[in-house]
Amino acid sequence: MCGLGGILNRRGKRISGKEIIAVANAMEPRYDGRGGGFAAYGIYPKYKDYFALHVFLDDEEARKKTEEYLKERVEIKKDEEVPTRNIKEIPRQHITWRYFVDAPEKFKEEDYIVETVMHINDCIEGAYVASSGKNMGVFKATGMPCNVARLFKVEDYKAYCWVSHGRFPTNTPGWWGGAHPFNILDWSVVHNGEISSYGTNRRYLETHGYKCRLLTDTEVVAYLFDLLVRKQGLSVETTAIALTPPFWKHIDRMPEEKRKIYAALRMTYAPAMLNGPFGIIVANRNMMIGLNDRIKLRPLIAAENGDFTYIASEEAAIREVCPKPEKIWAPKAGSPVIARLNEV
Amino acid sequence: MIMDAKGLHYKALNKLIEDAINNSAKKIKITNVNGQRYIGGGIKGNVEIEIHGTPGDDLGSFMDGPTITVYNDAQDGIGNTMNSGKIIVHGDARDIVGHSMRGGKIFVNGDVGYRVGIHMKEYKENFPVIIAAGSAGDFLGEYMAGGRIVVLGMKDSDSEIVGDWIATGIHGGMIYIRGKVEEHKLGVAAKIAEFSQEDRKYLRNLLKEFCKTFGYNVKKILDAEFTKITPMTHRPYGKMYTE
Amino acid sequence: MRFPPEFKVVRDQEKCTKCKRCTIECTFEVHGYDKKKKRMVANDENCVACQRCVFTCPTKALVIERRPPTFSDHPTWTEWIRRDIMTQAKTGSVILASMGNEKPYQSLFDSIVIDACQVTNPAIDPLREPMELRTYLGRKPEKIEIENDALKTEIAPNLKLETPIMIAHMSYGAISLEVHKALATAAKEQGTMMGSGEGGLHKELYPFADHIIVQVASGRFGVHEEYLKIAAGMEIKIGQGAKPGIGGHLPGPKITEPISETRMIPVGTDALSPAPHHDIYSIEDLSRLIYALKEATRYKKPVFVKIAAVNNSAPIATGIIRAGADAVVLDGFRAGTGAAPQVIRDNLGIPIEAAIAAVDQRLREEGIRHWGSIIASGSIRTSADVAKAIALGADAVYIGTAALIALGCTVCKKCYTGKCTWGIATQVPKLRKRLDPEKGAKAVSNLIQAWNHELKEILGALGINSVESLRGNRERLRGVGLSQPDLDVLGILPAGK
Ligand code: SF4
Ligand code: SF4
Repeated sequence: MCGLGGILNRRGKRISGKEIIAVANAMEPRYDGRGGGFAAYGIYPKYKDYFALHVFLDDEEARKKTEEYLKERVEIKKDEEVPTRNIKEIPRQHITWRYFVDAPEKFKEEDYIVETVMHINDCIEGAYVASSGKNMGVFKATGMPCNVARLFKVEDYKAYCWVSHGRFPTNTPGWWGGAHPFNILDWSVVHNGEISSYGTNRRYLETHGYKCRLLTDTEVVAYLFDLLVRKQGLSVETTAIALTPPFWKHIDRMPEEKRKIYAALRMTYAPAMLNGPFGIIVANRNMMIGLNDRIKLRPLIAAENGDFTYIASEEAAIREVCPKPEKIWAPKAGSPVIARLNEV
Repeated sequence: MIMDAKGLHYKALNKLIEDAINNSAKKIKITNVNGQRYIGGGIKGNVEIEIHGTPGDDLGSFMDGPTITVYNDAQDGIGNTMNSGKIIVHGDARDIVGHSMRGGKIFVNGDVGYRVGIHMKEYKENFPVIIAAGSAGDFLGEYMAGGRIVVLGMKDSDSEIVGDWIATGIHGGMIYIRGKVEEHKLGVAAKIAEFSQEDRKYLRNLLKEFCKTFGYNVKKILDAEFTKITPMTHRPYGKMYTE
Repeated sequence: MRFPPEFKVVRDQEKCTKCKRCTIECTFEVHGYDKKKKRMVANDENCVACQRCVFTCPTKALVIERRPPTFSDHPTWTEWIRRDIMTQAKTGSVILASMGNEKPYQSLFDSIVIDACQVTNPAIDPLREPMELRTYLGRKPEKIEIENDALKTEIAPNLKLETPIMIAHMSYGAISLEVHKALATAAKEQGTMMGSGEGGLHKELYPFADHIIVQVASGRFGVHEEYLKIAAGMEIKIGQGAKPGIGGHLPGPKITEPISETRMIPVGTDALSPAPHHDIYSIEDLSRLIYALKEATRYKKPVFVKIAAVNNSAPIATGIIRAGADAVVLDGFRAGTGAAPQVIRDNLGIPIEAAIAAVDQRLREEGIRHWGSIIASGSIRTSADVAKAIALGADAVYIGTAALIALGCTVCKKCYTGKCTWGIATQVPKLRKRLDPEKGAKAVSNLIQAWNHELKEILGALGINSVESLRGNRERLRGVGLSQPDLDVLGILPAGK
């Protein structure tokens, strides 16, 4: 059991982290303190054209090595320690450093940054890149979301899109990198439940050159979005169909052209299908997506109020910050909630 | 008696309620509820609880007798394994309403979510009833073993009255849907039975209290086509296993 | 000098009413009536333990017992090895055998266990939640393109199955027309496919053709334009698991009138299937035949290629897929057969489990797994084997022997004699009559249905509701008592890890 929260201001107005912290705190019984985190979009307007790498570093040695490597690969515009406060609830496992970097021009920048991130995570001992998108960052650690927020002073940031996660982990042990959100480039994913199709999904991603290192469900979800949306050019709506397709029973009853599309998607993306009980929130700089499994075994609630879209595991979490939304609903199984920036 | 739940953890709130009941409170009004779980969980007697705000999961679970009224939406799992009593929800209720409920009533003035009435059963004088004025999601009355579920579909004309896989594995009890239900939506072991004058009469009785609660007109509600869903057999999977 | 008999016919003379039914039922001339002694007697030497007389004796007076080994024990020179040597010393011939490999190699399927969910990744109840087994066989595109709400990507022809279980190729000639009809009816009823085998398709099966994959083997028996056009799909047989590298031989006496008509060869001549296709001596040649078949059917049907599972299956399979096949069929070394040289059947080829794993992995490494499906066959005995095969990487399986057992086959292994007392592997009209195609169809259909239920139970326990999430999901398998090299080949972890 975990708790998910998400807030997007569709006009891009930035709001303080206080709101998402309140959303996360409202679902406290869903967490056990072994992982919490936040993703925030729009927090670095000054460096918005640079990839912001949030890196967990075990020690000075790891920091040196990371910096050396980065200097070889990319242009570092600025780097600094991510401000934190000392709190007794979360003993410090790492120093968190942020680098604002740019890829050399001759490369396809996104792939190049992915390679860079994968190399650091893979080959530099004691270094782990927690997030790597532009104008965004992930703050996460082993602890309750409220404490993670205090640790990283999340309330001091302003973002137009916030995603939160509180964890009740059952499979992978709690370490900072293993907390959610999981991020790769622009994509951040938080997830509640279990992707029982993990093995099938992972092997599918591996044939497309992804290396699943964290061995977590969240990682495969992020890579699937990256593959289908960024690399293969599917729309987010179509991607949602590919990942949580309708049952054949329903496809068989569709009108001809629609049926053809859905059948083709199901056949083609069979190994990408996410199976098992789950609710997920996926965000990138342009949108926030909520999606749950095909038979709705995990909860997910969405709401709209003015320019804001909210998604959370519990209605109470939304009402905590928006007591009377204009619209509040429980999305149907397998049907995504997609909220886009500048779409009001 | 009035309680302010603002900022209270569910444990603290539920302790307050318990203490009040032990002090023979008959009416409890709780304000500023937001997300506290298990309200009314395992309580007995004839106390009435009014909830203002959004109660958390498992409202009224294992409850035996009391009446809970929610003036807003309710979350997942209301009336989980409840024995008797009543839960009234003025807004929507989410998934697994009345899971394994054995007796009592759940009235919802809005929509209900997935797996409503899953495995609800009747036993001796215990007889559970769930009535929703809105629509219901997939897997309504899954594994149903007794009692009645009524879905009236009167809220939103756009959405379907009821989702797919209705009453899969039903082996007792009955479901009434106000409107037509296509055969393909029935789960294994469910069948559509004739909606007779008897049924109409029965339903009139069943709906009286519901209509009074939310201010509906029974006659108007009954002036519509109904679908009655019943089990094919009491042993839906009898043939599936062999030695 | 003859061998001491393997079995003993035990007759309860009290119960025996001397009705002589057994003399009719037994085709191996075991039972007889001794006029002098005025009672039924048995010639044990001929008995193959097919159980026909036991099942049909009206007073249940018969029991067949195994005789205790009559030879002095020796671990190396087993009784069977000694028997074979003696037979060959006498005849100078190759020993013929039926059904699958009889050597007790370790079963990989039986050394693999399947994961189950508890709480955190909850199981799904297959009785109340929808569970999907639908499977499409054939080439899939790399990605889908949609333009203006219409599908832009072209989808190659795929076979649609409502279960990943298909009925294997068994030729008309090796088995009777009644069996073919029963299998085809069952395939249709279960929304799956049946393989025609290499002996052509009798006209009476044409109504079922949309549930039949027709085989094109080296003998090209009964292969003609209509045969290809009416079928759901086509399958080129390069080899079979029971006799890799070996052709087939249906003896002249079995080429009766209807078989001659179906195979399109004269009555009474031997039907010889050469080991290799005369026109295929390399992968380019195979590609040529694949496209010849696709051309002839206007690219409306998938073409599968079947090979025996051998050491090099992985590169061979990638070659086959690259040559244009829509699926590769892997036939394991335990696969059944109507007749094969025993030495070949028992010693050549590799286990199907290893072949599936190797081929699936190689196709993925080359990035072409979606170009074609993998079909596994050869000793799929239970729904658990089906699930394991799929989790190792197969898309679907073929069942042969299991379907015959459903029809009444007792695996007496005397198919090659043509005297099958159960009316299965025979062309003798009065034996054929013993099998009612309708009842047979029901039995095979029941078997597939039961396995479907069981597969759904397994999916539910794994917390997934669609078979595609099991495919290649080796994460959910564990090995028990397997060596590290075996585990590596299968791509699974040992239990407890
Ligand atoms: S019918 Fe079969 S079991 Fe019976 S005696 Fe003949 S061969 Fe033996
Ligand atoms: S098909 Fe007939 S001859 Fe062959 S093993 Fe089965 S029962 Fe024996």
